[in-house]
Amino acid sequence: MTAPLAPIVVDDPVGDTDLSIDSPWVVIVWNDPINLMSYVTFVLQKLFGFSSDKATKLMLDVHEKGKAVVSNGSREKAELDVFRLHEHGLWATMQQD
Amino acid sequence: MVSLSRFSFKVKRDGSVTVSLDDDERNLLRAVFGELRDLLLVDDDDGLRRLYPTAYPNDAERDAGFQALVHGELLEKRLAALDEVEATVDAEVLTVEQLHMWMTTINEIRLVLGTKLDVSENDTSFDPDAPNAQAVAVYMHLGYLLEQIVSALTATL
Repeated sequence: MTAPLAPIVVDDPVGDTDLSIDSPWVVIVWNDPINLMSYVTFVLQKLFGFSSDKATKLMLDVHEKGKAVVSNGSREKAELDVFRLHEHGLWATMQQD
Repeated sequence: MVSLSRFSFKVKRDGSVTVSLDDDERNLLRAVFGELRDLLLVDDDDGLRRLYPTAYPNDAERDAGFQALVHGELLEKRLAALDEVEATVDAEVLTVEQLHMWMTTINEIRLVLGTKLDVSENDTSFDPDAPNAQAVAVYMHLGYLLEQIVSALTATL
């Protein structure tokens, strides 16, 4: 790392971005031994509009790595997503990133 | 058991779903739908824990608030879906929306049964002499039906 010669001016983020201060929540789906792999893939497509490829990749992350982040945003949005996942029987939690 | 080569649920071009289940399967579904309703209404059984998971694993206070907010709504939606699946358990034609309710309800029964049976991911063998053999057989057959429903509904996406 080298020290900057002059102060760096950083533009504040404008508009809605995932990095903005009020959007630090992530929704995680955890692996469980009951839900079918095909069912998890279908629910991720249905709830989040993911392509079959993206939903399958997330499902495999859940299956092989034990968990996957499926959405992020404000606390309110994360709570709604967790609710919808629970409504469909998936094991979802939320936490600040 | 039914033949693996048969499709029990088929979405037709007009969007309706044809259901080909024999009487034994429909009676099985009728029975487990009723058992789920009883458990949901009593609402005090460890087997239900996967239906109302923790949302905030690191914050008990926020989780209590979340559960207070959603528990009643989840219960209400599940009972409404049960009304629909019990009313259509003998139907030979369903709408896609009704099949979706069959899917989530059958999945809930698997979650409860799987929790009570304490299944693990590697449970693929079946011991007909085990004391819980009947429950395991029901669990496995519901998984087989669910797999077919998911396959039919995936084609509608």
